Amino acid sequence: MVQEIAVNEMSRCQAIVAVEGLVKRFGHFTALNDINLSVTTGEKIVLCGPSGSGKSTLIRCINHIEKHDAGRIVVDGVELTDRMADINSVRREVGMVFQSFNLFPHLSVVENCMLAPMKVRGLSRAEAHERAIGVLRKVRIHDQATKYPGQLSGGQQQRVAIARALCMQPKIMLFDEPTSALDPEMVKEVLDTMVELARDGMTMVCVTHEMGFAREIADRVVFMDRGAIVEEADPETFFRAPSTERARDFLGQIIH
Amino acid sequence: MNSLDFSIVLQAWPYLWSGLLFSLALTAVAFVVGMILGTCFALLQHFEVPVIGKVVRGYIALIRSIPLILVLFWFFFLVPIVLGHLAGNGRPIPIGATWTAFITFGLFEAAYYSEIIRVGLRAVNRGQFEACQALALSTFETYRSVILPQVLRVASPIILSQTIILFQDTSLVYVLSLTDLLGAASKLAQLNGRLVEMYLVVVVVYLAISSAASQGVALLRKRYAIAGARR
Repeated sequence: MVQEIAVNEMSRCQAIVAVEGLVKRFGHFTALNDINLSVTTGEKIVLCGPSGSGKSTLIRCINHIEKHDAGRIVVDGVELTDRMADINSVRREVGMVFQSFNLFPHLSVVENCMLAPMKVRGLSRAEAHERAIGVLRKVRIHDQATKYPGQLSGGQQQRVAIARALCMQPKIMLFDEPTSALDPEMVKEVLDTMVELARDGMTMVCVTHEMGFAREIADRVVFMDRGAIVEEADPETFFRAPSTERARDFLGQIIH
Repeated sequence: MNSLDFSIVLQAWPYLWSGLLFSLALTAVAFVVGMILGTCFALLQHFEVPVIGKVVRGYIALIRSIPLILVLFWFFFLVPIVLGHLAGNGRPIPIGATWTAFITFGLFEAAYYSEIIRVGLRAVNRGQFEACQALALSTFETYRSVILPQVLRVASPIILSQTIILFQDTSLVYVLSLTDLLGAASKLAQLNGRLVEMYLVVVVVYLAISSAASQGVALLRKRYAIAGARR
């Protein structure tokens, strides 16, 4: 009995993402240098840091949109190598939301959400449609299902992008500055959607400067600077008493 | 000078009509062959396929720098000789003027369509590719479902303009003694001496078809424009 609990505890705490000694270079520029990060199932991590610190590059390595130069990345038990089969099996389980939405402009909202489930998961058109409408309802945008991305506001587009990723039923969601391209009045609707997703228990890694959001949902704040992780702490500690000079400077700049 | 007499045109109409049908058939075949081949050519270059990509690049550069009429000549005389060599007995195997026309126009147009599509491919935002990667779409699905549909929509006005030019260029088959619309009219004109009437009618037909097609392009542009796209 005790053993069983211990095993359950272990599997619950098992890292769904494990990054070890990660190095990424762009030519002579080292974007990431010896990064170690592990994310457990259900955990919500906020990555922050000055621009050019490597936070976007880090999450783009997790689904192999950027190829890493050294180190290991293991996602849901699969190590990312050059094998396309490994890469795609990781990508199937990892949803991503981009700063610039990257919706498919020639497809309607619902078609945007149906494409990958049909082509990658092998769902029928009817199944994919049903799933898409369900998820769109969850992000409260199902009434726009037949519109095209260009006909929606930025906030609406980003919620569709979140829905599109969720339709693949990923085990983890990556957010790459999801609110940075939005007009201020649209930031809240996207953050609300993300908070709901977090409350539903989704594992999330978010690159964001929305500190209110970080306080509300993050289990851990990871502060990066110049390609390295400088500080890791729970949000309360990080915002109240950052332990490094660089984190203090950064917080001083973004909190007016 | 005699006054114009268009009754001659009415009598000649069935012959002109068959010429026009040939022009349209040649345009249609060259369009289909050219688009399929051109898309393949563009993708081969886009993926920088070793050797083949370079060969295609060279082929397109060559075709685009010589006049169509010269390509027609070369094809008409060269291909039979090549076929003869391949067959082993060295004697030219004629493929006939009609086949020459269909093959040449298809291959010639492929070079032009390929350039249009290649440029279109380069214009697609990198984020579209990244979104496909993040969704684990295969390369094939990425291009079939996401990239090429966008390229074709954006490029469709240019593709159709090129096709209108193609339709006019089909008149060059007169060098192969084929009877297209212009060929039919000129043969009749020489028989009955009514050059002015015949050539006037041909002008009207070309004008009507080409301007109708241009109107069609404008309509298509409105109808198939990506909704809400800021272009």
